[in-house]
Amino acid sequence: MATMRDGSRRDFLRQSVAGAAFLCASGGAAALTTAAPVAAKPGAAGAKSRVVVAHDEMLRGADSKVDSGRMLALLDRAMKALTGHDHPVDAWKTVVRPGETVSLKVNALGGRGLSTNVQLVAAICERLQEAGIRASDIVVWDRESSELERAGFHLAMGGDRVQCYGTDRVGYEENLTGWGSVGSRLSKILTQRSNVLINIPVLKDHDGAGVTIALKNMYGVIHNPNKYHPDGCNPFVADVNMLPEIRSRMRLTICDATTAIYQGGPGYKPEHCWNANSLLVSEDPVALDHTGWQMIERKRAEKGLKTLEAEKRAPRYIATAADNEHRLGTNDPKRIAVVEL
Amino acid sequence: MLCGLEVQEIARNQAGSPLDRRSFLKCALASGAALGGGAALGLAGVAEPAAGIASGATSGTQNDAQFVTEAKFYQKLAERKIKCKLCPRECIVGDKERGYCGVRENRGGVYYTLVHSRVCAAHIDPIEKKPLFHYLPGTVAFSLATAGCNVNCKFCQNWDISQARPEQIPAEYMPPRRVAEIAKQYSCPTIAYTYSEPVIFSEFLMDAADAGHEAGVRSIVVSNGYIQEEALKAAYGKMDAVKIDLKSFSDSYYHKVVTGQLKPVLETLVTLRKMGKWTEIVYLVLPTLNDSDQEFRGLAQWIKANLGQDVPLHFTQFHPEYLLKNLPITPVPTLERAKAIADAEGLHYVYIGNVPGHPSQNTYCPKCSKMLVERVGFTASQMLIRRSSCPFCQHPIPGVWHA
Repeated sequence: MATMRDGSRRDFLRQSVAGAAFLCASGGAAALTTAAPVAAKPGAAGAKSRVVVAHDEMLRGADSKVDSGRMLALLDRAMKALTGHDHPVDAWKTVVRPGETVSLKVNALGGRGLSTNVQLVAAICERLQEAGIRASDIVVWDRESSELERAGFHLAMGGDRVQCYGTDRVGYEENLTGWGSVGSRLSKILTQRSNVLINIPVLKDHDGAGVTIALKNMYGVIHNPNKYHPDGCNPFVADVNMLPEIRSRMRLTICDATTAIYQGGPGYKPEHCWNANSLLVSEDPVALDHTGWQMIERKRAEKGLKTLEAEKRAPRYIATAADNEHRLGTNDPKRIAVVEL
Repeated sequence: MLCGLEVQEIARNQAGSPLDRRSFLKCALASGAALGGGAALGLAGVAEPAAGIASGATSGTQNDAQFVTEAKFYQKLAERKIKCKLCPRECIVGDKERGYCGVRENRGGVYYTLVHSRVCAAHIDPIEKKPLFHYLPGTVAFSLATAGCNVNCKFCQNWDISQARPEQIPAEYMPPRRVAEIAKQYSCPTIAYTYSEPVIFSEFLMDAADAGHEAGVRSIVVSNGYIQEEALKAAYGKMDAVKIDLKSFSDSYYHKVVTGQLKPVLETLVTLRKMGKWTEIVYLVLPTLNDSDQEFRGLAQWIKANLGQDVPLHFTQFHPEYLLKNLPITPVPTLERAKAIADAEGLHYVYIGNVPGHPSQNTYCPKCSKMLVERVGFTASQMLIRRSSCPFCQHPIPGVWHA
């Protein structure tokens, strides 16, 4: 931690990230929980997929805004628990290597109320740089720049800063890429500006798909997501995640559950949101989605709502993503190790 | 020269944006189409953008607000949701979301079309290219499209505009009066709504048709017919002729290959018949997928029973595109087999399309068998019909033959 808190180093990092929105004030670190090393890669025979659910009841200050220092500490706890490393930078070094170009696919559709938290993204950018990634080799992105701005991100293109912009600024690949039922053009941010993909979705109910968490967030990578919403997005979500350009780059999912929605999603409806003050972190997006889905079901039960199954919108694409044809991870609770911090 | 001029204009507006290969080709094709009336390139059914803007970044090059207007066919639901009543899909769309077509968006419980006057492809085409063979042969149509489609045919020739969201495609602001002016200026007796799927830009189509009629220009539509009855009557009621792509006579094909349903399309054809609209049908024949004798026969029998023997039916040749590049070009004997079956079932005007030089591109009198309209490519090279009748035996030939 001493290295992280080094003034000059931290100042350098602060200057490197894009805009004031990314700046993190230091805050007290929450108690650390030591966990076993990260599980084997998704789908590995016999291994359990680890999903870390890190929670901080004090994540928000008196004004109910997320405290950036506590967010950094929460992220550190989660990453250390996932990887088994005692030091957060070491944890990140298991995810990225110096010289790599890293794209952070956020979800900015829900405006300021229900999008990927800016403080979380800033914390990730800070740790990535400490792990050896140049600021300009990090790009924070979603489909539209205007959506990023509405979610509180400051756009940045060029220079030595962390980059932040939508696919609208660079466009989609001309040629189609396909897998199974899906044929799409992919964002050039993914294909030309990054070789590592870190998925940073939001924990959300979805009126058609059941839930939208990690797997469905990849709809923001393709040019024609509207074509893949019928039938509860099944098997389309699983097929999109099988696209080679996505699958080969995917390293990690950090689901933002600081504010989540259990009904009426994916749009922001404050009456159905709750402050879960949590992060879900995993290398297995299927296991993470299954875990997040159960969190939403628990909240729905608490609120006296029917299950998604009873509403005929259970997220069946999660099971499809785990089947023998896809093997994107596991949805078998017996093969998922949920580590709650 | 229209398209070439417009391409040059747009290219100047985009100064500093180097054209990539695809955009260069689009520019070149669009210019060539203008010079050659489209047909000279032999690019049957292939739309090119109205503007030769470099692909890639598009945001900021268009003022989105000018294309947005409230949709006509939808129903408001609780929690700021809406149900779209335009096509049989009946998308239920939450706030800030779009329907399947990708060009209609719910904003705070109000549903908007994002493509009114948002023209992404425009050409002057021979009407035979639509194809309409019994409607003003030998004339040209000012043909336009917006982005978007309400199905997702795996063989789509124009997938780069039909399967895109409007903000991903360079487009021009072309309000209805301007559409009518251009048609008039270039001596086009018709405006054709085509290339992508006009169902999804119904509001624009209706307004442009009104503007056209005021200026003495008719309207025709090239459509999949996947539309609800109320919208059909309101929108296509303003059309002077309709071409429907009946993509198969099998519901499973519609489900798997088209991402739609057969029944609503058949209902559309029957409604158009009742409305008295001049209608022609195209059936694109895909090897192994919709080319059985049984299907051809069922199709011909249904048309005869429900629409009559005089509806022109075009069996057209498939060329590998989009998600079906693994299939071969439709063999000509397959098309000839389809025609033979439809002829045997009693249909009077069965054509073979996309096969230049094939004699079944011509129109023959069903009574005396004399050739009445000779077509070479997309050009009607000889037109003998007089007063809507065969000049040899005076048998009436259905259609709209003269302006």
